Amino acid sequence: MQIKVNGQSHDLAVQDNALLIEVIRDQLQLTGTHNGCDTTQCGCCTVLMNETAVKSCTILAKQAEGASIQTIEGLAKDQLHPVQQAFSEEHGLQCGYCTPGMIMSTVYLLQRHPDPTDEQIKEGLAGNICRCTGYVNIIKAVKSAAKKIQDATI
Amino acid sequence: MNNFQFHTALNTSSAKEVFSSNENAKFLSGGMTLLPSMKHGLIQPEHLIDLCKIPNLNQIRDSQEYLIIGATTKHDTVANSDIVKSSIPGLAMLASLIGDPQVRARGTIGGSLANNDPAADYPSGALALKAQIVTDRREISADDFFTGFYSTALEEDEIITEIKFAKPVKSVYEKCKQSASGYALAGVFIAVYPNNEIRVAVTGVGAGVFRWKEAEVAFLASGTKPVLDRDDLISDLHAPSAYRVNMAQVLFNKAASKIKNN
Repeated sequence: MQIKVNGQSHDLAVQDNALLIEVIRDQLQLTGTHNGCDTTQCGCCTVLMNETAVKSCTILAKQAEGASIQTIEGLAKDQLHPVQQAFSEEHGLQCGYCTPGMIMSTVYLLQRHPDPTDEQIKEGLAGNICRCTGYVNIIKAVKSAAKKIQDATI
Repeated sequence: MNNFQFHTALNTSSAKEVFSSNENAKFLSGGMTLLPSMKHGLIQPEHLIDLCKIPNLNQIRDSQEYLIIGATTKHDTVANSDIVKSSIPGLAMLASLIGDPQVRARGTIGGSLANNDPAADYPSGALALKAQIVTDRREISADDFFTGFYSTALEEDEIITEIKFAKPVKSVYEKCKQSASGYALAGVFIAVYPNNEIRVAVTGVGAGVFRWKEAEVAFLASGTKPVLDRDDLISDLHAPSAYRVNMAQVLFNKAASKIKNN
């Protein structure tokens, strides 16, 4: 099947029962996308599929045939993406396991709400669970990222 | 997950053909319930038939009397649709309260109705809004569609194509969310139609969605607290039935006052 990941087209032989996350991690070796709960709850496996945040543990790879996928590895260009930068500066993580998913959900959130309120941030990250830091610094990081992106576009 | 063969259907007749020519086949829409159920080994289909690539099954359109939503329309699309927000705001609100952003990006209205989870949101909207469930072979009124715990009037090989919602004068959905799953511990949908026709549907409280007749009467006789007494109330580790009943009464009051104050 054809699938585009981080701008690169792939023609892969994929098992019918393979999940998208298995193709991303095991076949393409992009291990930045994490498998947390495997039950559609925690959001560690969040990637963008056709620019929309989805949980890659609950999509069959075949359902994503022809789609364009972006993973955490696809964000940084010459330097870190503003959202990555902000999570680093604001210490929006502790163990870091949930961070790739948090960051992909934040990218999606900021596409829809470039200047989000606290409520919009909480709602936008409702599908991502962090079990160590708490969410205060994560919310700070999202606000900082929003400002960085706005400043860069002015 | 067990092994199975994946089929992509490009129209409903080819989907049905694959279904009938194979043993143990299932239709797949957004997969937000089906895939987790398969991971848990609760069901082990040998064939999955993906309906989401069938063209025109994900359109939203407005006719005089009805708002019509295609079966594979995602929850997020319904929540953000200008047509839905302007003609049935309660339905857009309902869709925005399902699960979380990633789940809303994949889950579909047809899948939710066909699954008829007793704590799902859409069944209450469909029942309150006098929906007609349109399938590949007939139209089923929401009054006849939901037949109890995870069961519907659909035949094994029947495919929902679209849902026609009767446009109300006013509509509000209020929900108490189970914080881990996002399902309703209680959800109350009120739809108001001309000539004081009130329809109140409740999810998350009984073994399946139901009309709450006492609340429909109480809506017009304001000030009275409607009784909710059924023999199929849900009681589980998330909430006992008394809590769910109380929440339904609280949510009904909230929804009713929103309607009356707007």
